[in-house]
Amino acid sequence: MSASEVVETQPAPASQVVSLRTVEKTRSPWMDAWRRLRRNRAALIGFVVISLNVLAAIFAPQIAPHSYTDQNYTALNSAPSWIIDLFPKMKPLGAEGGYVRVNDDYILGTDNLGRDLLTRIIYGARVSLSVAFIGPLVSLLVGTMFGMIAGYVGGRVDNIMMRIVDIMYAFPTLLLVILMMVFFRSSLNQSDPGTLAFRLNEIDSRTGGMIFIFIGIGLTSWMDTARLARGQVLSVRQKEYIEAANSIGADTPSIIFRHVLPNILGPIVVAESLAIPRYISFEAFLSFIGLGVNPPTPSWGSLIAEGSNAIISYPNQAIFPALALFFVMFAFNFLGDGLRDALDPRSSKEV
Amino acid sequence: MAQYTARRFFYLLIVLLMVSAITFFIMHQIPGGPFTREKKLHPTVLKNLNAKYNLDDPLYKQYTDYLIDLFVPEITTGKHSGDVTEDFLVNIDLPFGDNAALRWINFGPSFNSRTLSVNDIIEQHLPISAQLGLGALLVSMGIGIPLGTIAALRKNTVYDYFSMSTAILGVSVPVIVLGPVLKYVVAVELDLLPSSGWGSWQQAIMPAFALGFAQSALLARLTRASLLQVLNEDYIRTAKAKGLRERRVVLVHAMKNAMIPIATVLGPLFAALITGTFVTETVFGIPGLGRYFVTSITNRDYAVIMGTTLLFAFFIVLSNFVVDLTYAWLDPRIRYD
Repeated sequence: MSASEVVETQPAPASQVVSLRTVEKTRSPWMDAWRRLRRNRAALIGFVVISLNVLAAIFAPQIAPHSYTDQNYTALNSAPSWIIDLFPKMKPLGAEGGYVRVNDDYILGTDNLGRDLLTRIIYGARVSLSVAFIGPLVSLLVGTMFGMIAGYVGGRVDNIMMRIVDIMYAFPTLLLVILMMVFFRSSLNQSDPGTLAFRLNEIDSRTGGMIFIFIGIGLTSWMDTARLARGQVLSVRQKEYIEAANSIGADTPSIIFRHVLPNILGPIVVAESLAIPRYISFEAFLSFIGLGVNPPTPSWGSLIAEGSNAIISYPNQAIFPALALFFVMFAFNFLGDGLRDALDPRSSKEV
Repeated sequence: MAQYTARRFFYLLIVLLMVSAITFFIMHQIPGGPFTREKKLHPTVLKNLNAKYNLDDPLYKQYTDYLIDLFVPEITTGKHSGDVTEDFLVNIDLPFGDNAALRWINFGPSFNSRTLSVNDIIEQHLPISAQLGLGALLVSMGIGIPLGTIAALRKNTVYDYFSMSTAILGVSVPVIVLGPVLKYVVAVELDLLPSSGWGSWQQAIMPAFALGFAQSALLARLTRASLLQVLNEDYIRTAKAKGLRERRVVLVHAMKNAMIPIATVLGPLFAALITGTFVTETVFGIPGLGRYFVTSITNRDYAVIMGTTLLFAFFIVLSNFVVDLTYAWLDPRIRYD
């Protein structure tokens, strides 16, 4: 980092030349973290894999060889020849006991309705990645607000708020989500036009069912963040700089947002990034049990569910979406791990 | 300590009560009922069914009736009727009267079956889920603890990186990925194990592995962190200084203390494993409780929804309760007020 950059980003009056020199030497903790992250090869690989997936999701209509709804009735459950070579138990029609239609037009084969599997996997990235980015955002927003209020206000309010968290923890998460999803799906689509429920339902059906997945994830995943945020606030609240802010008469919201929030954000961001794979598999699970995206919108979870029904005869239909899910989760785990090492200098090896 | 235990226990009951109330009211808010069919039932039939299961009562009354049936023990005399509405989980014969017995915990009859009570469903299917959960717990401990130990003892070496990469791999393969792939490779391609069903130990290997592998990653990380901390303690240096063998220092002196945080997560881990068996059961065709748990909601089988939720919530709360007590017992410095 050159001196001129420092001057640009951190303008200091000419009288403080001495302090400018110290600024030149020290980097901000976030810059430091970024430097450490860039050195972590595994995290970089994760970052590249995720970026490629994001590109694939955005440009799905351009990349995908077919349409994800087009059904080819002459190629139901078909597989190209390289897949038949790869899976020795898949026998092509014509061979002894053969049952698989060979069709080289589809790189990964087709499903039982004759839809291109590769296209559906590419479009499936849209759902998984939306969840990967919006899930943590919802959890961060709700959890951090909740935890900060509980931790900062303290006393009886804190007690009640934390008991709510405890009750939420006692719920079998799956049950709560399934209950909520069934509730949203069946009660909101009977609502009157013009109401909020009706609009939500409209947005939901336009996005292929994703809004309710976000709400479901939001409802069940904020508790960890809330606990973490509260703990962080409790430890930060005693610090001198909060006392200083208090003594110069700063009001509570400005203390919370300008002094507390920036200082507790690090661990929360790390925790959220480590939780991303959980959100992704959560959506996959919901789609697996048929409560996720609405058909025909493809999601890796629903592709795996459909494929695993026929896994003995057509392994390609479950294994390729499973691999896609695996690679993305692996990438997010690598990146999250790298982020933790980068933001928590105590755990990093080089100092 | 006694007071603390009593308070935590009371608190456990309150949480269960809240969980049951929330579930009950959300469940009744979902449109459609247990007798909603594609082909509509005759209005009179529907009316009689609703009357039989007291579905016409106001909600708060249905809820309190449910709780009374569930929690208040009954003393019955005479021959047990064997009716599905009179099926209790706990039956204790009393020494007086005509076949007198104390009966407790009645989850009620399943709405979808004329002959099954929720207790029947739990008795038949919970053991299967519990066996599966136990198997998965053993798998996760068997993989996670050794990996974590190696990683801690050989910190920042190839072994450490390998163990921790395996741990990352573990958290990246949820059952929904590992299940189908494992099933194809091991059962179909290699033909080593049966692909589905339940009953023999061969059939349990793959599901237990699929379910437990992800959790082994968590245990590996925890073991590594915990052991690294312990290895820096003074008493480890003392043990080494007095000339004990490395193996003895690690296995006896360090492991014993490093296992404390691990022991405390095993309970919640087991609760999570039992309550999260649905995908595993679907992929491997296992008749466990997870399936009822999910299908009961789509079928609006109110009694089964309540029963399974309360049962699973009970496991979760109980395991947390045990953890709290263990902590308080292990570390006298911890005081919760």
